[in-house]
Amino acid sequence: MRRAVTRYDAVVIGGGHNGLVCAAYLARAGRKVLVLERRERVGGAAMTEEVFPGFRFSVFSYVVSLLRPEIIRDLELPRHGLHILPLESTLTPLENGDYLAQWNDHDQNRRELARHSLRDAEAYDEFGRVLHHMARAIKPMLAMAPPDPTSLHPGELASLLQLRRYFKDLGAERFHALHKLLTMSVADYLDEWFETEALKATKSASGIIGTLLGPRSPGTAYVLLHHYMGELDGVFRAWGFAKGGNGSVSAAIAAAASAHGAEIRTSTAVSNVLIKNGKARGVVLESGEEIEGEVVVSGADPRRTFLSLVGEKHLPSELVESIRRFRFRGSSAKVNLALGELPNFTCLPGRGPHLRGAVSISPSVEYLERAYDDAKYGEISRRPYMDIVIPSMIDPSMAPPGKHVMSIFVQYAPYHLNGGWTDAKREALGDAVVDTLSQYAPNLKGAILHRQVVTPADIERIVGLSEGNIFQGELTLQQMFFLRPAPAWSKYRTPVAGLFQCGSGTHPGGGVMGASGRNAAFAILGAGA
Amino acid sequence: MLKTTPFHERTAALCASHSWRRWAGYVAASSYELSHEREYHSIRSSAALFDISPLYKYRLRGPDAARLLDRVTTRDVSRTQVGQVLYTGWCDGAGKLLDDGTVARLGEEHFRMTSADPNLRWLQDNATGLEVEIEDISESVGALSLQGPSAKAILQQLGELPPLKYFRLAETRLRGIPVSISRTGYTGDLGYEIWVSREKSLELWDALMDAGLGYGITPAGMLALDVARIEAGLMLLDVDYVSARKALIESQTSSPYELDLGWTVDLKKPAFIGREALAAEATREPQWRFVGIEVDWDSLEQLHAEAGLATRVPPVPWRTSVPLYAAGEQVGYATSGGWSPLLKKYIALAHLRAQWAAPGTALEMEVTVEHRRRRAAARAVKKPFFDPERKRK
Repeated sequence: MRRAVTRYDAVVIGGGHNGLVCAAYLARAGRKVLVLERRERVGGAAMTEEVFPGFRFSVFSYVVSLLRPEIIRDLELPRHGLHILPLESTLTPLENGDYLAQWNDHDQNRRELARHSLRDAEAYDEFGRVLHHMARAIKPMLAMAPPDPTSLHPGELASLLQLRRYFKDLGAERFHALHKLLTMSVADYLDEWFETEALKATKSASGIIGTLLGPRSPGTAYVLLHHYMGELDGVFRAWGFAKGGNGSVSAAIAAAASAHGAEIRTSTAVSNVLIKNGKARGVVLESGEEIEGEVVVSGADPRRTFLSLVGEKHLPSELVESIRRFRFRGSSAKVNLALGELPNFTCLPGRGPHLRGAVSISPSVEYLERAYDDAKYGEISRRPYMDIVIPSMIDPSMAPPGKHVMSIFVQYAPYHLNGGWTDAKREALGDAVVDTLSQYAPNLKGAILHRQVVTPADIERIVGLSEGNIFQGELTLQQMFFLRPAPAWSKYRTPVAGLFQCGSGTHPGGGVMGASGRNAAFAILGAGA
Repeated sequence: MLKTTPFHERTAALCASHSWRRWAGYVAASSYELSHEREYHSIRSSAALFDISPLYKYRLRGPDAARLLDRVTTRDVSRTQVGQVLYTGWCDGAGKLLDDGTVARLGEEHFRMTSADPNLRWLQDNATGLEVEIEDISESVGALSLQGPSAKAILQQLGELPPLKYFRLAETRLRGIPVSISRTGYTGDLGYEIWVSREKSLELWDALMDAGLGYGITPAGMLALDVARIEAGLMLLDVDYVSARKALIESQTSSPYELDLGWTVDLKKPAFIGREALAAEATREPQWRFVGIEVDWDSLEQLHAEAGLATRVPPVPWRTSVPLYAAGEQVGYATSGGWSPLLKKYIALAHLRAQWAAPGTALEMEVTVEHRRRRAAARAVKKPFFDPERKRK
């Protein structure tokens, strides 16, 4: 064994966006921080790559959804190169040749909804207002370590009382609505509001992303709220497309971390956490090198952190059990296309503003539920749900002039596929996606210059997310808040003194949000490290 | 894309200012000429023609149509006569105003309702168990408003104008075009609103412009209308009050009493939405009042003189929240205001805490003079500021 040369206040395992956020906050507080990234670049699943000459892709995560405004402010991310461009609309082509569009502009949106249902056009505003109130009640929880409702510790009680105040302000009627959101399926909840199938389907898609659940599975309604939380911070335009792809989000955070003095080493894989006398002392690299750290922070998912980097022998058996039961079940894939020309949608031909927004293949709730049925029994959805953006329409630098890149998020492509993932299965998935999409945009097949298909198995292999789950574990109610990732260990701490977690597998988790990384940094600083 | 009204072909050709604004998802002219001034004066001295098609319009038919409107609105609709128009508000269960508009009784079982916001879902949801057909006719019916002292004379050029009292309506033909005419408006002047099918809209516009030529008929936009409706003391949704449907916090909501609409609340009706809350509120003084404000000219002149300037008044009416003070404390806020070219007064519509709302109460209104916030002397006055006899005669 070699002797460690330098001793750090904090060693962060994994240069994904949460690891970088955590490192930036720790460095900003004056700590000596080292980030270790296995791959040759930082960003984890938030990265941009020139997959095909001249064509740049956000290979995995592809939009900025809920990046916390306080992180944008605190780390001065715009100064470090972050530029979020607006995604203006969502187009849902229908099977009958019509479409449903949702626009940012209120009047335009109302007019389009009224074309399908006058009632829905009116209900839409009221729905938004109710969700706004729910989101306001829930939002403060994002920025706090989740309080333990079973504890009588004064600190926990204070946090719970604070939450109780938010809930009390809701009033009885809205509290009941919140209860429904927490218990119902997203499709059932939307049935209470709307009658337009495509509207319900497109909205319900947000409830199933990243899970192996269907729109009629109970508990999926809650995720709707996550979307409205983004809207509360609308002025930050935290919802959109990052110029240069999602890699530039990671690059901006990394630049902020570096500016505060954090060191970042890429192509440096960690083998395990160095534990002596029950305390984390640093990490051991795959090269055998040891690096000492006062604290170690893992941005890896809970399974990799506890079962691989730490090891069962250092952990209480209940925690090992919880982590083994923590559900990943990756269900989504990506298809990235380099295109010689724009897709021409039969329902709305031409190069209209709809191509600067998302295109959602979600014509009806039944369509989504059937896509889920295939996956439930271990098959790829024959006709999958897709969320499509054409980044080159928003940021032309993503492709050569006149050419385009298309990013297709696909669900369901279950990690636990019957017979396992093979090259043939990967291509079959790509074919299912292109065939389905070609029904709505017949020129697509002829426009494809290059196709990249990323399965959950690929996501696991390349970025190390267990079972390819994009959220480091399903965002379902039984593994959220004080249960994420495990009871008693939801506050970024672990049973190993000096070892912390900062990935999406902790509260609040999910999306390129950064809240886990920030909360973890405060937990570490609060612990006096 | 915004929607265009059935009159757009004509209004667009006339809109020399290219100054458009949004109204309920439609484009509406702010002013046709480069300044709204002449358009305003036509309201008070000859006749102004407004395209008011963006109003939401509903047709209610059936044996229970009156019952539905009684259930929803605060006024007694069952007792109105055929040919009568009511101005009314409607509230949520807590007695907070959702919207305001008119209800016209076209027949025993036939009504037309107008509103500022869409209300189809609200009407449908409250029609459970009632025999009434509710139809959104917002897009299929065009509407013009002819306002001003010459309005009647112009209409008389076009055919048999039945004698119409204030807030009465009649079905008739103007130069052969079937229309429904109500003696209503949003200017506080003599005026009529004319309802016509989408198909016949341009024909009606042309007929009115032709007949009005000798009477100084002037197409007028939203700025001129705003001046007139402030003078008339008429409030506007989203400007002077927030619908309880859109309010994010309780303090943004208002009851009819707080908006000086107590006269529209008929507590003798056994049941309507919000009745319980309103009946309770009626037994005590409302906390807020909606009143007129007159800014003191001498004070305004003094503030400008201190900056070395001649007195200036807002060139166009404003729609922002402006603080009002009394005894050094903020006691309310104005929501619409501007210079009245007719009255030669700087006037505003305002919400005031009840104890400061009595006519004559000395107040101060925030004004910005040469980048500095100052307070000009003002006082609460009775609305409307302008109420000519010809309006209801």
